[in-house]
This record gives sequence, structure tokens and C-alpha cells, in this order.
Amino acid sequence: MGIISRGFQGRRRADGDRLPPGQYLVEDFPVLSAGPTPRVPHDRWEFTIDTEAGQTHRWSWQEFMALPSQRPTVDIHCVTEWSKLDTTWEGVSLDVFFEDVETAAEYALVHSYGGYTTNLPLEDLLDGKAWIVHRFDGEDLEPRHGGPARLIVPHLYFWKSAKWVRGIRLLNEDWPGFWETAGYHNYGDPWREQRYEGD
Amino acid sequence: MRRRLEWRAAELVKIVDETGTARTLRFRVPGWPGHLAGQHVDVRLTAEDGYSTRRSYSLAAPADGDLVELTVETVPDGEVSPYLNEVMEIGDQVELRGPVGGWFVWRPASESRVLLVAGGSGIVPLMSMIRARRRAGSRVPFSLLYSVRDAERRYYADELAVPEPGLDVTYLYTRQAPPGSSRAVGRIMLDDLAAGGRPAVAEPDCYVCGPTGFVEASADLLLTLGHAPERIRTERFGPTGG
Amino acid sequence: MTTEHLDGNALAGPLGEIFAVDVTTCTGRCASCGLTTPVASLHVYGPEPGLVARCPGCDEVVLRLVRAPGAAWLDLRGTVCLRVNLPD
Repeated sequence: MGIISRGFQGRRRADGDRLPPGQYLVEDFPVLSAGPTPRVPHDRWEFTIDTEAGQTHRWSWQEFMALPSQRPTVDIHCVTEWSKLDTTWEGVSLDVFFEDVETAAEYALVHSYGGYTTNLPLEDLLDGKAWIVHRFDGEDLEPRHGGPARLIVPHLYFWKSAKWVRGIRLLNEDWPGFWETAGYHNYGDPWREQRYEGD
Repeated sequence: MRRRLEWRAAELVKIVDETGTARTLRFRVPGWPGHLAGQHVDVRLTAEDGYSTRRSYSLAAPADGDLVELTVETVPDGEVSPYLNEVMEIGDQVELRGPVGGWFVWRPASESRVLLVAGGSGIVPLMSMIRARRRAGSRVPFSLLYSVRDAERRYYADELAVPEPGLDVTYLYTRQAPPGSSRAVGRIMLDDLAAGGRPAVAEPDCYVCGPTGFVEASADLLLTLGHAPERIRTERFGPTGG
Repeated sequence: MTTEHLDGNALAGPLGEIFAVDVTTCTGRCASCGLTTPVASLHVYGPEPGLVARCPGCDEVVLRLVRAPGAAWLDLRGTVCLRVNLPD
């Protein structure tokens, strides 16, 4: 541990059972990025699910807008230690997208405009655990926060909630994504504080 | 060859107010290896519960034994700058690691004329260069363009007001200019960089520092004026730091 | 359109924990487009959740650095070659 700086307290860590270990509450919405913000106009946007058998399911923006949508309110936890409670979104559950998808795959690799990727077990995307969202806090999702649409998977650290989502590849084997191949944990459960590889 | 960098204890020995929201902090760092004008340091703060965080700050003055100076702007709702500027007292300690950044440096032995372009707190490493020039007795022509919101936001105003042979200083105000200013308020423009005997044909070494948007705009203007890319060195600061 | 990013100067401290030389004065070649530039001119995103340095020419990732307690992960696969200036 380093030299203590007298009187330095840093970010206040709030107690309470809604915060996973090591997290603190923020009121703003920090923007973290690994690259330039992509700009994807609606007429160019598409979302695809590619199955392990080579089948592709595709949705245009209009088709996306026509799907049954929900307004989940969820807590989100970033691996860089900030958390936001009761964030409100609007979008489509992954269960809706997967209704007609035939797959026996166990793993998913999510990929985004701009090249970002993240991986997770398919079951972590289903049964009400994930959405493709296009609105946050009552407004259209801003590009710097992942607009026009992003994935949210609130039960895992927020790097799994890929901004500028473009599609999901279903795989029989796990395929670590951008941060997972750079030292971050392969699964990322905030309640077990799985931040880094080896945690 | 130097060893890998390590954290060193730094004790605050002097405070100078630059503006209502910025201070220059002078630290004594035993064993400080010296540094070049333009380099920066990482500052680490550790709380009693072990929590620590770090930020980068440019060195504001040239090497002076074991003394180093930083100029810090207080960022509203920041985590580190309010501590450095509002809580720290003489005798308190932080940790410093450095010096780092061998690219964005000016060496007194250099004989090329120099064009310095500062946006806001980007003035800090460029002031280190101006001070190094003075300390070394260099006669190399230095031209400083300092873009700042208004006169109250200027760092080192008194020092830069003292005429110095071979150094010309121009302020570019972006929000409010003092009465009698000849230049209209606004962001840096082609004319600002071309004016006053700073032709690209003189092939100055250009140093541009400040927020990313400012650096990109200024560097583009310099290229448009004909400055060669290899003569332009840039250092981008993050949007707020904190 | 300019996106907020830093430049390779921001790598100096973090890489200084790993390398004994100042990497920002080195030049590197991008594995994607072959552009050779000083490390100091890379477009750098981060430092959280990690430092990601991209080629100023093609924007592909040249270098990544993640710092965790007790360890750092450095990925240089986006760099074909790094030229490091050393004394004779």
C-alpha cells in the first residue's frame, strides 16, 4: 500500500445491500470507451443472430421497432467500481429475438459496430436477463452511451452490455471477447467480484 | 539505462494561487532524477482504507534538484483536484511517479525556433519549456499562443507580463476579452497562427497542448499553414482530468 | 469527426511500470495497415477500463494495457514491430 495522503477520502463507498462489493454510487453516467464512437444511421442499422449451424436471423431498424418492447428498470455495475441504481431503459428482450431461433449452442459472442466484442453463456442472455435497448432515461440512447442500440445484461459487469450492438454469434465453444482477452474475467459476476482473470 | 519507474514520496512545500480555481504546488521529492521540460508525472493518492487513485499532471517548471512543480485546476466534482487544491496543506504527502513522456519535450540545446500553442491548462508543460529556456539563457525565438476563456483564467499571468527578449506572448480569448483587445473573442483560427512573424517557412518546432478538440483543431491549422507534420508535437489532455 | 481521445503520451507512465525505456519515443508499426508512427502519436482511449492505443491511420488496435492489483496485461499483437531507441 502506498503512502497515505492525509485527509484524502476518495469516492465515498456507500453501504447497503444493493451495491455489490467494492462499488460506489454515482449520479452521473460515466462514459468509458475503447475506441471512437461509431455513427450508425437507422437505415444502415441491423441486428443479426448467427447460429452455430450457419443460419442468420436479421432485423432492420423498422423490424426492431415493431417488436414487443419493455421498459426494464435495473441496477448497473461497472467493473471500474461505479454503480447506478434504478436505471430505466426501453427495448426488446432477447427472449423475443430468440423465439424463432433454433440452437443448441451454449455460448454467445456479442459483436458491435466499431469492432467491440464480449462473450457470455447463452443462458445469461435469456429468461428475462437481457435486452437490446434504444432508449435510456426517457430519451433516445445517445451515441456515446451506445446508441442507436446497445445490449444490456445487468446481472454482469457492464462491459458485457455491449454498446453499438450489431449481432450475436452462437458458438459451441466459448470465445473470449475484447476485455476478456486483456485480463478481465471471463464471466464477470459483480456479486462475486469477478473483475479480473483469476478472481 | 534507467530502471523501471517507481512511486516516490512527495512532500508539499509551497503553494501559489494561479487563479481562483488553480494552484501551483511545489513538492520536494527526495531522490528525484531530474526531468525535461514538457514531461509529466503520475500522482497517486491513497486513503486510510487503502483506496487509491491516480492522475497525470504536467511538470510546470524545469528540473530543480529535488523540487517539482505542478499546476492543478480544480475540477468541480473531481476526485483528486479538489483534494490537491482545497485539502492539502504544506507538509502533506502524495506519491509521484516519473518523469514520463520523452516525446513532448524541449531541450535547451535545441537551436530551432519554437511555436507553443496552449489551450487552457495545456499551458502547463509549455510554461515549463519557457522557464527552461530562461534558465538556460537560450536566445532561441519562442512564440506562445495561449487560448483561454478569459483573463481571469490565465496561469502565470504576472510572469508572462514581464517582457523577455525573444519570447512573444499572445492571448486568444474565447469567451471574454479585456477592454481594448484588438482580436475578437473566439476559438483559435488560421490568422492567429499565421500572424506576427510565425511563418511556416521559418520551420519552427511546434508544440500543441490542451484538450483533444483544441489540439486536433490547432494541429490541423498548422498543417494547413504548411508546417511539416514531423515538426508538430502534440499532447492531448483528457476532457476534465479531475 | 473527432472523438475524445488522448495520445500515446498517456502511455508513458503505465508502460513505464513494465519497460525500462520510455516507450513514447519509440516507433511502432501497425499490424493492420503498416503505418509506422511514434508511439506518442497513437490515439489512446481509457485509462479505464484499460488503455487502448489505436493507429492514427486506420484506427485499429495497436496495443492494449490493463492494470489490475498485482498484475498488468499487455497485448501488443496489433504491433508488428516496435523500434526502441537504446544507447550504443
